[in-house]
Amino acid sequence: MKKVIVIGNGMVGYKFCEKFVASEKFNDFELTVFGEEPRRAYDRVHLSEFYDGKTAEDLSMSSATWYTENNIDLHISEMITEIDRENKTVANHRGVKYSYDYLILATGSSAFVPPIPGVEKEGVFVYRTIEDLEATEAYAKKLKAAGKTEAAVLGGGLLGLEAANAVKNLGLNAHVVEFAPRLMPRQLDKGASDMLQAKIEDLGLKVHLSKQTQHIQGDKAIEGLQYVDNTELKVDMLVVSAGIRPRDEVARECGLEVGTRGGIVVNQQMQTSDSSIYAIGECALLNQMIYGLVAPGYDMAEVAVQQIIGEEAAMAESIDMSTQLKLIGTEVASFGDALNEAKEEIDEITYVNKRSGIYKKINVTKDGKKLLGGILIGDSSDYNSLFQIYINGMKLPEDPEDLILGSRGGEGGGLLGDVMDLPDDAQICSCESVTKGQICGAIESGEANDLGDVVSCTKAGTGCGGCKPMVKDLVDATLKSLGREVKDSVCEHFDLNRQELYDLIQVKGYKTFNEVLDNHGNGGHGCELCKPVVASLMATIHADTANVEYAIQDSNDRFLANIQRNGTYSVVPRIPGGEITPQKLIALGEIAKKYDLYTKVTGGVRIDLFGATLNQLPLIWKDLIEEGFESGHAYGKSLRTVKTCVGSTWCRYGMDESVSFGIELENRYRGMRSPHKIKGGVSGCIRECAEARGKDFGLIAVDGGWNLYVGGNGGATPRHAELLAEQIDNETVIKYLDRYLMFYMRTAKPLQRTAAWQERLEGGMEYLKQVIIEDSLGICEDLEREMSTLVNKFECEWTQAINDPEMMKRFSHFVNSDDDDDNLVFVPLREQKMPKHWK
Amino acid sequence: MEKILDIYKSTSVEDVTVWYEAAKVSDFPKDGGACVKYKEKQIAVFNFERKNEWYACQNVCPHKMEMVLSRGMIGDQNGIPKVACPLHKKTFSLENGENLNGDIAPIATYPVKIEGDIVYIGFSE
Repeated sequence: MKKVIVIGNGMVGYKFCEKFVASEKFNDFELTVFGEEPRRAYDRVHLSEFYDGKTAEDLSMSSATWYTENNIDLHISEMITEIDRENKTVANHRGVKYSYDYLILATGSSAFVPPIPGVEKEGVFVYRTIEDLEATEAYAKKLKAAGKTEAAVLGGGLLGLEAANAVKNLGLNAHVVEFAPRLMPRQLDKGASDMLQAKIEDLGLKVHLSKQTQHIQGDKAIEGLQYVDNTELKVDMLVVSAGIRPRDEVARECGLEVGTRGGIVVNQQMQTSDSSIYAIGECALLNQMIYGLVAPGYDMAEVAVQQIIGEEAAMAESIDMSTQLKLIGTEVASFGDALNEAKEEIDEITYVNKRSGIYKKINVTKDGKKLLGGILIGDSSDYNSLFQIYINGMKLPEDPEDLILGSRGGEGGGLLGDVMDLPDDAQICSCESVTKGQICGAIESGEANDLGDVVSCTKAGTGCGGCKPMVKDLVDATLKSLGREVKDSVCEHFDLNRQELYDLIQVKGYKTFNEVLDNHGNGGHGCELCKPVVASLMATIHADTANVEYAIQDSNDRFLANIQRNGTYSVVPRIPGGEITPQKLIALGEIAKKYDLYTKVTGGVRIDLFGATLNQLPLIWKDLIEEGFESGHAYGKSLRTVKTCVGSTWCRYGMDESVSFGIELENRYRGMRSPHKIKGGVSGCIRECAEARGKDFGLIAVDGGWNLYVGGNGGATPRHAELLAEQIDNETVIKYLDRYLMFYMRTAKPLQRTAAWQERLEGGMEYLKQVIIEDSLGICEDLEREMSTLVNKFECEWTQAINDPEMMKRFSHFVNSDDDDDNLVFVPLREQKMPKHWK
Repeated sequence: MEKILDIYKSTSVEDVTVWYEAAKVSDFPKDGGACVKYKEKQIAVFNFERKNEWYACQNVCPHKMEMVLSRGMIGDQNGIPKVACPLHKKTFSLENGENLNGDIAPIATYPVKIEGDIVYIGFSE
């Protein structure tokens, strides 16, 4: 087996691993990765989101187990300090040696700090790693506590503006200081820079252009910037973001060729001057250039992988530096030769709208036949189309200005016309280098059936996400061309999806499964897929309990308990918010003892009693109900628990009564059937002891009210809930939650948790806010009314069942005998019992 | 474990020597099942009320040997009547006992007849 070592675990280093793992020959290699940072590779492009509440884990490029799952030996916090090219070994800072057959340098870059006198002063930071951000945040806190608020960012380029946004998110007044006479001087012209400046100044940032800093004022800590023009800017903190320097130390020391201004020299195959060593990403000097964008870095990773597995691959002759991003809330895009660096005779077409903050410019050839490049500020929705026209050299409309003004008069239609007109090799997703041919091919070959499949098998749209609309158009157009209708019907018995069934049942007022099946089914008799869907819809629309039509319920709902490994059941009474009196706690213990049940505290702050036979269930419930308990609906696709921390009732840090509010919410939504189970959490302060952001809905008490988060999930695909509204009172929380939950119950697919539903919601969080908070669909009144019906009609289904002899008939193992199942075998376990293991 | 399965053998109407009187029709749920005890056997009996058909099979699911099939949900797949085990949703044809969504051993099926309001299950022993 050949050994491959990667030095550097940043975005490009990670991408190399990902592409290597995906290659067919990966199993012939042994891959070891070294990263000097204390954590796995994370998304540096979205670093400023760290201050929006994203954690290092959220920003991580992979799951914690990804490397082990793929047999990659990852060493974090381990710096490689020496390369011995003769013996093909590398050594870490402690002198431990590792041998290699191929070595990949993905060491990235460090922040460039200009040699301005005073940069060593306290309060001067760089913006590069999570550790940098943590240090900056800690210092900002100290400043704010001392009543200081001014912070400057040195550098008005792309990274500098990101840093300024981060500083602003820390609650400081951000000043952007740029040496050039315009912002983002490498991408924008003066007009675009002016528009961007106006937009970000509207948000409270200050921009200082054509300013060269002479020295940094202050004794020990920074107090201001002294400019060469004798003016000054008083600030309490400085974040330097003036460019990057390739990390080429270790390459330089082992004698690899490096550029005069840094960077490891590579050829088009990404090989350094030593043919078994490759350099990729921001440490590599290709065509005498350092490429500081992710997309070319990923291309380099791909080329290196292909070279190592023995395939032919090389970097493209010209590397596209087009970008589209959102900077401080403003859409910014630049593509092709936006600044006419080729100095050709061209025509510039510009559209400026100061009122709506939009600037668009395109450069076209004198003959009006080719698009050379352009800039979009404030509205970059046409970026994808313009980029495709540019990169594929497509024919322009008769009046090229239509490209940015839209066709005035006559037929509308997209800029591109039909997406299917693009050539097969047109690159749709530049982050992941996915072509139109690959996207359409995935569907034509049957490998993918819908957008989700295409995204997971081609990875298109998983980078910046800017290409998603075009990917969707291509998927839809391809499906259509194959005569396939995009349909997500529930099963073979209905040509309808869950939402269509919902509407039909509501409008026609159907009460039974048979009515729905007879009127809208395909002639069959239903199955284990469609029956529970209809059961859940009947519960949502008519507030039916599972007793009403028990034969169409999923097995657990049918017997109002959770079936366990040996066919016995577990029983979970509701303990709202996890609050329970000593008397009730004793009662639970007594009942468990009486029926010899195994007891355990669940992950959702309640008590589970295991090992009840079907015949025992009603007896146990009779006892529980007598003690004042009700069903906990642990068996249903319904609200489970609202987990709470103890909150301000007891906790010395508590900001609000999380227990009281948790109980109120749990009692409000108890018994509510939904597409999948729902969990809630309420935390009394930002320490978040209730883990509310891991729940479908979560509340965190803050100064001035509650922050409401939605769409979180533990489980197989953990996801943090996203902020829906801030600092709202109890009443508003309930209003928004009623709407949110009902909207989810109306529109989700069967067995789709809120997290997955929300992720696939077109328009994302912004759209959700519009629907829930601004009532953009005009349905909020209906949602609230439907929810209040459910709340008012709540009935404990176990109380209902044990009081009705007809309903009780089903809780018997045999229809012709009172015997219990004689097949059950229990074995002892830590003073309790458990089912005998399956062999 | 195999011993449990040994006592269940698919029985066709021609082989029936005993028609066991199990219970009344009304004791069974509509479009659902219940379990009948016959000697040492547990038999799942299903009432397909929608198409006026009855089926019976062993109650034990051959996947994990638990006595649970009578509690499974019933329905059809391309016209074949089936039951889905409540533990892992393995589905079995109620016509020939075949596992429809995997390659687990088939289940034994038994004939059912209704006379008046009484449900009978046919056994060959």
